[in-house]
Amino acid sequence: MDDLLADFLTETHEGLTALDSALVRLERAPDDQPTLSEVFRLVHTIKGTCGFLGLSRLEAVAHAAENVLGRYRDGTLPVTPAGITLILSALDRVKEIVAGLEATGAEPAGDDTALIGALDAAADGQDAPAAAAAPAAPAAQGRAGPEAPAPEPPAAARPSAEAAQHAPAAPPPDPAAEASAGAANAPQTIRVAVDVLEDLMTLVSELVLTRNQLLQLARAGGADAFAVPLQRLSHITSDLQEGVMKTRMQPIGNAWAKLPRLVRDLSHELGKKIELEMRGAQTELDRQVLELIRDPLTHMVRNSADHGLEPPAERRAAGKPETGRIILNAYHEGGHIIIEIGDDGRGLPVGRIRAKALANGLATEAELAQMSEREVLRFIFAPGFSTAQQVTAVSGRGVGMDVVKTNIEKIGGTVELASKEGRGTTFTIKIPLTLAIAAALIVEAGGERFALPQIGVVELVRVGSNQEGAPRIERIKDAPVLRLRDRLLPLVSLAGLLRLEPASREEGFVAVMQVGGQVFGIILDRVFDTEEIVVKPVAPILRHVTMFSGNTILGDGSVIMILDPNGIARAAGVGLDQGAEEGRGGVPAAGGMSSSASTSLLLFRAGEGGAKAVPLGLVARLEDIPGERIEMAGTTPVVQYRGGLMPLVPLMPGWVPPEGAARQPVLVFTENDRAMGLVVEEILDVLDERLVLQEGSGRPGYIGSAVIAGRVTEVVDTAYWLAQAGEDWFRPARAASPAMRPRLLLVEDSAFFRHLVVPALSAAGYEVTAVDGAAAALRLRDDGAAFEAVISDIEMPEMDGIAFAQALRAGGAWAEVPLIALSARAEPADVARGRDAGFTDYVAKYDREALLQSLRDCLTARQAA
Amino acid sequence: MIAAEAAARPAALAPGVREEAVFLTLTVAGQWCAVPVLAVRDVLGPHAITRIPLAPPDVAGSLNLRGRIVTALDLRRRLGLPPRETQAQAMSVVVEQGGELYALLVDQVGEVMALPAEGFAPHPPTLDALWRDVSTGVHRQEDRLVIVLDVARVLAIG
Repeated sequence: MDDLLADFLTETHEGLTALDSALVRLERAPDDQPTLSEVFRLVHTIKGTCGFLGLSRLEAVAHAAENVLGRYRDGTLPVTPAGITLILSALDRVKEIVAGLEATGAEPAGDDTALIGALDAAADGQDAPAAAAAPAAPAAQGRAGPEAPAPEPPAAARPSAEAAQHAPAAPPPDPAAEASAGAANAPQTIRVAVDVLEDLMTLVSELVLTRNQLLQLARAGGADAFAVPLQRLSHITSDLQEGVMKTRMQPIGNAWAKLPRLVRDLSHELGKKIELEMRGAQTELDRQVLELIRDPLTHMVRNSADHGLEPPAERRAAGKPETGRIILNAYHEGGHIIIEIGDDGRGLPVGRIRAKALANGLATEAELAQMSEREVLRFIFAPGFSTAQQVTAVSGRGVGMDVVKTNIEKIGGTVELASKEGRGTTFTIKIPLTLAIAAALIVEAGGERFALPQIGVVELVRVGSNQEGAPRIERIKDAPVLRLRDRLLPLVSLAGLLRLEPASREEGFVAVMQVGGQVFGIILDRVFDTEEIVVKPVAPILRHVTMFSGNTILGDGSVIMILDPNGIARAAGVGLDQGAEEGRGGVPAAGGMSSSASTSLLLFRAGEGGAKAVPLGLVARLEDIPGERIEMAGTTPVVQYRGGLMPLVPLMPGWVPPEGAARQPVLVFTENDRAMGLVVEEILDVLDERLVLQEGSGRPGYIGSAVIAGRVTEVVDTAYWLAQAGEDWFRPARAASPAMRPRLLLVEDSAFFRHLVVPALSAAGYEVTAVDGAAAALRLRDDGAAFEAVISDIEMPEMDGIAFAQALRAGGAWAEVPLIALSARAEPADVARGRDAGFTDYVAKYDREALLQSLRDCLTARQAA
Repeated sequence: MIAAEAAARPAALAPGVREEAVFLTLTVAGQWCAVPVLAVRDVLGPHAITRIPLAPPDVAGSLNLRGRIVTALDLRRRLGLPPRETQAQAMSVVVEQGGELYALLVDQVGEVMALPAEGFAPHPPTLDALWRDVSTGVHRQEDRLVIVLDVARVLAIG
């Protein structure tokens, strides 16, 4: 039985029960206007609903009864016992039909003409008991019950006829009611007021909190006797909580149920081929929220079909498949429900929206010129805004998107849109869960405790300086970052964000969060345990603090604020625009050099042209040096730095030191106790990027250029600039003559890394030969070349580093040479594999210090041996 | 239900007095104030208060009142008075507005008393604008002046 019919039946049963008692009351007090109105309304409702559902028999009976009641209500017909009896028998007929509906899902066959005739006659003022007698016969036909056997129609008629004459003390015998009561199975659903559920939910929340408190007490007090019953209580509480939550949750698919039909009809109407894809239909959300977003969703799908998707011819011309797609996607994310409505149509016409906004006086030309495309697109949410050139029957009347937005905002949601001309439009609706019990980490920052919803936490990383091997929080121009398995994680300090006093201790935790497509870390001082929390909304006077999604009471009875990862991401400014992300997908260009792993790059500005980049691994420190500290030694600008003189090399021509206290950003490169500063204009950013280097811009000082964050960026050749600092840079004191310098062989297929590693090793006093593969290295060996150590990449085409190591160790001149692996993959398993193959050491790519240290260790060990 | 509870209280304490003229007196930094007793849901002794970062300065934090979260406002800060030595000594007067509970942190809670209508006087024009904003008037008593606070105005922050 379909849902609609089931709803109707439940509703009609309620209505009929109410009607029975109302009619009896009416009989006793025929002039009671409110009762009369109530009866009329109830019958009217039944009539209206069954008309809507196409239940013609039911509708006809209810309609006839309504007519009579209408005249009673208007006072044009006096209420008579006979009339009431007639109405009651009409209700019996309704019950009978409803019972049939319930049993079979369709109206039972039957003839109601006599009953309707009697009712119509009554409505015309003919109080005809004879007519009233008639209905019993057809009523008996439709009934399966044995109470009304066919030979006894007069018997059935008699009570009615008698009733018409004497004021009946009791309603006429009611076999139909019995029949329906017998036939109807116990209803599978009951209707419960939302308030009742709401109250239940509140009580359960309190129960959960009390349970937590008890558990905490038991943990602290160690009262063993309570342990088992408490455990049981805890389980039951959890089950109860889940059950009550379930009563309020419905899959979003319920709100989508009508969309396939809608889309089908639209596609016929509009002459377009449309495919509707629905993902995450099982995503559950609060019933009330579901009701509220049903209409906005329908509207948006309609919009996508009408405005978004092009007619087949246009799609063909644009090289797209004829069938347009509308995609609905729902999922939970960070305590919110996200619903995406996307199409692969023509996208929003930015130009037209701009023009329309101007024409409607929503913005001036100057304002528009300053707006980003995204901001311009948001005009479609302005009231009365439509760019459809033709008003169709479907949409384009300029009502809609503003209503959609208002409705969504009413339930505390947001709506975003992304559009690309020719590619399609995607609306993203985000609705917060206002009522939920969630698992949360209890954390501390700045001396205060907070609850961090576990849903957004990807992992917890312990950080600190005192622990060997623990990752450390590093800073790039005040921005804290964490190196986490080959990626640079932007961090935000919770204490800083909340303007609390940060803990002075160096160690702590980083909670790695995923919000939307963005990953970032939150610096915490301490992490306690996890606890089930009941999200309670904060007081209205605190609603503007977007960092919190609510508050709750912990097991120990204290109040705690619940952090909102989305609010934190927003406040910290981490990754709002997905646009940049798209541009970053390094497409390997033919002929370009690429390193397979991503590299941390420091982006800065210096001189003309766009941003410039240098691998972060090469930079020792970033400094802001006051202009007044920069002195001249001959023609070279220098600065006193850590007890020595550091030469400064400007990257831009015609640089003059800033005046007075104005600060000069400098990238510091160090080697032993030597330092050299590269003068730049501004430090921009640090990015993890898979480098695709285009060689040969021919400019001295640059290795080449690469697309970084969607922009062409020149990559600095550090060796060139280091040489500018003075010749002695390349000739460290301990390497008196070139002959004394240890010779190294670098086997590396990536030209980019060769460019990086060779200058750094040269600068460190080694003489480096670089080859682009294992084959070339083995040729060198066979030619009799000798090296103190060999550094090799692992991932290389043809012969990889592991095979290369095995080949060396298998015998020949280099069987004993120290062999250092340099690889982007430095997981313990990789290291073990490398060692098995014969590598002496294993260094992460590209950790300059570690490589130099490893070289020193290998060479000393060799000399000692 | 809440109103009935509150209404029962003054009737018991001060029988025969018109309800609307019954107030709870309290002090902040030596100043006597009064709030209509009908607005008061509870009076609490010193309570653990959780600070709320980024909240308006008048908000002292939140506290747990028998499983309900109550936002605490420091009445001293709200009235622009110097801060109290330590927060722990503060008493709380819990009031309700729009279904939410708020605790007003005060120094001392006095008594529930009827303020006769003839004792009321409008604000002196020289009164601090902030105070004028949050109070409905001044009540003259023999030995002191009591500022009658308008709870809705006191809570209208942020």
